[in-house]
Amino acid sequence: MSENTRKMTGARAIIECLYEENVEVIFGYPGGALLQIYDEIYKSDLRHILVRHEQAAAHAAEGYARATGKVGVCLATSGPGATNLVTGIANAYMDSIPMVALTGQVPRSMIGNDAFQEANITGITMPITKHNYLVQDAKDLPRIIKEAFHIASTGRPGPVLIDLPKDITTEEIEFSYPDKVDLKGYKPTYKGNLQQVKRAASAIEKAHRPLIYAGGGILGSNASEELLQFAEHIQTPVTTTLTGIGGFPTQHPLYIGMPGMHGTKYANYAIQECDLLIAVGARFDDRVTGKLASFASNAKILHIDIDPAEISKNIKVDIPIVGDAKNILSSLNKYVNPVEHETRKEWLDRIEGWKKSYPLHYVGEQDGLKPQYIIEQVYEACKDAIIVTEVGQHQMWAAQYYKFSQPRSFITSGGLGTMGYGYPAAIGAKVGKPDRVVFNIAGDGSFQMNSQEIATAVQNDIPVIVAIMNNGYLGMVRQWQELFFEKRYSHTCIRDSVDFVKLAQAYGAVGIRVEKTSEVKPALEKAMDSGKPVIIDFIVECEENVSPMVPAGAPINEILDLERKE
Amino acid sequence: MRHTLAVLVENKFGVLSRVAGLFARRGYNIDSLAVGVTEDPNVSRMTLVVRGDDHVVEQVSKQLNKLIDVIRVTDLGADESVERELALIKVKSDKDTRAEIIQIVDIFRARIVDVASKSIIIEVTGDEEKIAAIEKLLKPFGIKELVRTGRIALTRGSKSS
Ligand SMILES: Cc1ncc(C[n+]2csc(CCOP(=O)(O)OP(=O)(O)O)c2C)c(N)n1
Repeated sequence: MSENTRKMTGARAIIECLYEENVEVIFGYPGGALLQIYDEIYKSDLRHILVRHEQAAAHAAEGYARATGKVGVCLATSGPGATNLVTGIANAYMDSIPMVALTGQVPRSMIGNDAFQEANITGITMPITKHNYLVQDAKDLPRIIKEAFHIASTGRPGPVLIDLPKDITTEEIEFSYPDKVDLKGYKPTYKGNLQQVKRAASAIEKAHRPLIYAGGGILGSNASEELLQFAEHIQTPVTTTLTGIGGFPTQHPLYIGMPGMHGTKYANYAIQECDLLIAVGARFDDRVTGKLASFASNAKILHIDIDPAEISKNIKVDIPIVGDAKNILSSLNKYVNPVEHETRKEWLDRIEGWKKSYPLHYVGEQDGLKPQYIIEQVYEACKDAIIVTEVGQHQMWAAQYYKFSQPRSFITSGGLGTMGYGYPAAIGAKVGKPDRVVFNIAGDGSFQMNSQEIATAVQNDIPVIVAIMNNGYLGMVRQWQELFFEKRYSHTCIRDSVDFVKLAQAYGAVGIRVEKTSEVKPALEKAMDSGKPVIIDFIVECEENVSPMVPAGAPINEILDLERKE
Repeated sequence: MRHTLAVLVENKFGVLSRVAGLFARRGYNIDSLAVGVTEDPNVSRMTLVVRGDDHVVEQVSKQLNKLIDVIRVTDLGADESVERELALIKVKSDKDTRAEIIQIVDIFRARIVDVASKSIIIEVTGDEEKIAAIEKLLKPFGIKELVRTGRIALTRGSKSS
């Protein structure tokens, strides 16, 4: 190590560390505390994407991470720059996405004095980071950056923040990058305990009505192939959570859609009827479980998770296996005897029956334009797109109606439910996967939360297509008001607040408006051919509801049908 | 149910607020928290007294274990560990009551660490019940001020925590 130490400034050292971590791109926004670092970026080969709001830098880094599986990196200046990252960091934390956030800080001597543009960002982000650092000595930079990338990307992934006082960036250090990390208190478990794997194997063999409930952990550990093998090996149906979508091919006969509040009826019925629930990388979120006491109440629970703290957090687990999903699924594939389709026939037939009786459906497009139809057409236009969403009804329709054959193709804010997430995340995804078509399925409300990023897409030539399901409402909230507040639409109407076509054009992007069903396909084709950032404003039926729906806190088999009759 | 948790942590900036913050944000209740460095200056020991059923305490331990700076969490069973608290109690006292107070102090094997014309400061160590008992006996004289360290604990015998 010592033979290749070199003298350099802290700022230069940060760049060297990023090279060492094979970082290709950072999403950021400059400021006083970052001048040294930005000067080094100028001289470096790093790709830097200048966003228009730091929140977008964090979301873009996250979208990049979800699309590529690598660690996303964002950079913001001290004070307001750092606090603008907070929502994006919290979002990454809730969905366990690997991210390193670098923030500028006032010089060490001024910390704590309420200096200009000072914020205690390590204090602020303590509850929403996996770990964070305030660098107090420039010499520590290489170790801290090495640790940060290690912590962000191993075990249960998550965001790590490094706060960089300005004077650290000018100080000279002897640079050498450590090749190991040594953290006494951090030793994630990857391999499942063999005893528990065997217990699980025997429970699986004994089960008559098993069900796999897979979450975002499948994507986090790149376990999609193992999951597919596992499900086929034991002839067991699979439901994936919102963040697990794409972790299992949605056209596969064993796939039964998403569970929970806007899940399919058959996934919810299957959960309530199964006798063994095999949870893999899923955390029993309340949007999935509904009323906890009646969730999967006929089933033994087998829970596979890398985070021991998830075991029995919400639901009492009968057989826990702590470890990496990929690892554990492949050992289960070894230890469980294969199950014939015949053995499961009764159970699979029952599910098939529910699938036939209660398919996802909506009432045709006689009158207005149906958002569900648009999503289906997006699929027809590009079967292999990366679909990113904002938060609201459109998000649920995208989850329900697009079909996914590959992992890392559905990118959405699950745990935090962040409006404004989708567009910057789509930009990040496109930067990471330039050869894929990237659609941001948006609501007119959500899109307005970060629409300034059209400038980022245009300036950096990132051809993301935004498909706005423009219903003139904060639709999901309106839906709740319709159902539970006698249609008192308190402050959810946002109709005619902006002309999205002109907005797109103002930024130099392509703007298209679609009002009729017949215009949908041509608009999508035009958007895909343009090679430019595109905003399509789909004027959809304004009071369409997401169906089915389980009211919050109800048992998940108490399901409302909400399709609107013309 | 109350549990005593021994938490070994890296002796680093911000660790206490990470631990305390975790309790606040997850809605757990800490009854007491005592912190000091160990024989290894890089490692501190926190002794936490937490109230809750086994499920809550299990969750507290697991969540604490998730913190990168936390090296080890041990739930100390009352039988296998020695638990102590230290209290300083300032009691009103004049020449009429001094003898009686000294008697109480002797019985409890406490110590008088300061005497003034109108008050005495008493130092007492012991488990919670002992401190509660002496407090109760001193109360009629008038307790002017009282401070307790919170519980510290170690496992008995050669086992470490
Ligand atoms: C930052 C933020 N603020 C508020 C909410 C609450 N919320 C959830 S969905 C929703 C409405 C979303 O409206 P829109 O983006 O137009 O999508 P739609 O539901 O109409 O498809 C709101 C306000 C949220 N999720 N995130």
